[in-house]
Amino acid sequence: MIVFDQVSKRYPGGNEALLNVNFHLHPGEMAFLTGHSGAGKSTLLKLIALIERASSGRVIIGGKNLNKVGRHTLPYLRRNMGIIFQDYQLLYDRTVFDNVALPLIISGFSSREVKKRVHAALDKVGLLRFEKKYPITLSGGEQQRISIARAVVNKPALLLADEPTGNLDPELSHEIMDLFIAFHQVGVTVLIATHDIPLIKQLDKRIIQLSHGEIAHGQADQKVHTPDNNQPPFIVST
Amino acid sequence: MATHNPDHSTTNNGAAVQLRQLKPSFSSRVKEFFIRHLQVFFYSLGLLSRSPFATLMTASALGIALALPAGLYVILDHARQLSGDMDSINQISLFMKKEASNEAIQATKEKLDRLPEIAQVKYINRTTALQEFQKNSGFGDALKALKENPLPDLLIVYPSLTHSAPEQIKALLVILKKLNSVERVQLDIQWLQRLHAIINIGQRGVLIIGSLLALAVLLIVGNTIRLAIENRRSEIIVTKLIGGTDSFIRRPFLYTGFWYGLLSGLIAVLLVNISLIIMNDPLAHLSSLYNNNLFSLGLMGVDISSTLLLSGCFLGLLGARIAVGKHLKDIEPK
Repeated sequence: MIVFDQVSKRYPGGNEALLNVNFHLHPGEMAFLTGHSGAGKSTLLKLIALIERASSGRVIIGGKNLNKVGRHTLPYLRRNMGIIFQDYQLLYDRTVFDNVALPLIISGFSSREVKKRVHAALDKVGLLRFEKKYPITLSGGEQQRISIARAVVNKPALLLADEPTGNLDPELSHEIMDLFIAFHQVGVTVLIATHDIPLIKQLDKRIIQLSHGEIAHGQADQKVHTPDNNQPPFIVST
Repeated sequence: MATHNPDHSTTNNGAAVQLRQLKPSFSSRVKEFFIRHLQVFFYSLGLLSRSPFATLMTASALGIALALPAGLYVILDHARQLSGDMDSINQISLFMKKEASNEAIQATKEKLDRLPEIAQVKYINRTTALQEFQKNSGFGDALKALKENPLPDLLIVYPSLTHSAPEQIKALLVILKKLNSVERVQLDIQWLQRLHAIINIGQRGVLIIGSLLALAVLLIVGNTIRLAIENRRSEIIVTKLIGGTDSFIRRPFLYTGFWYGLLSGLIAVLLVNISLIIMNDPLAHLSSLYNNNLFSLGLMGVDISSTLLLSGCFLGLLGARIAVGKHLKDIEPK
């Protein structure tokens, strides 16, 4: 699902955010991305979501080489991913329903379908009763669950989350993690950047650890050439 | 919520997550495309109506910019039509000698009446002419001080339609100049040529003013849309992050530009018509002073009004398109 092949990212000004990163995430796999602040976690996720482009190397998502994705095909690629942010990125002048409906409206679903699917997604995160409220009236944990509902409402194959529990207390963080695990269990590939080590240590999932832009743990030991290669996932659990 | 419940998917059949991305059918997308267009069409109008005062101010500025060249055009158009009507009226004035007797003038008139080149001859008696001049010119008292009437008798000759080509008129002028009791022959066409020249200059002027003000409309709309984009920056970023195409993001701003254009077009039509109504009375008075009932501006024609509305819409759309094209690229998720 995700292949990083000799990927480096240098920001203007010479800051090396990622250096020769190689790893492979199989379809349906769930992994955590950890490391100190500035280790390159966010940059790695941004490369997958095409918010940034690699300076060298290849990023391949679902068989597509992102170097070859142009400005016009980019939106269609993003529709295949659900992205979740630490600061939720909700629209505060719209209701919960309208926020969650946005990806479906962009894709051109009929209003009936939109209603059905938004209700299903809100039900899944347990917030169906809030559909007519505005996000600002909800707690941080609830807002994050809404942003998760928005990310999964059009059933993407890949879920990316950047510090999804960064602003939440431990109990709420657990609830959010449970949601991700639930999606993983029905076949969604999940990659979560977090520095909440105690939380993820309980979960027995693959952990990819970044340090100064390089992978310290969790890298596949052989170089991966094609996205279709069916080698078993190389999991390093710490 | 259970953490490691293997049956999790079955409890959520509505939102069961599949590996393949969900896509609406082609026909659904086509249908939705039009429905969304219609929704955005009215949604953008709704956004404008949320701040009616600001919207009206911007639209009025645009309306005035459109009304100015449109109003000038309407006036010029009337002047052109008026002069066009007069093109066929070649009239030749024969100023008679002062010593010519009434009988001699009558004889000349009858002679001219018989010529096939001439359709009609009108005799204006010098006494009548003076009385009219005293009445209409406002110099009545000054003219009374004159010892004698300075005006000559006048025969106005209207060439027949079959003899109004320039060479035929020239030949007729030669005949008329040879007449005994005629002092001077004047072809009243020069003023018409001058009027044409002035109208041509006026048309160029309207073209220049129109182009400049159209540019102003583009800039005003562009700036308004730029502000709207800036106000909705976070919405644009979120939309881009979840896969909104450029055209999807552009759409509401383009329709906003369209509404501004339409609104300003309506305001311009209103302004021009109000101006015409205000000007009609004095103009009617002026033309009555010239014994001429031809000149009345009336209201704007349907053709000019619809052209004005269409160009308003077009300029609004174009200004919005330019602004959106320029500024949307700058807004990318970070």
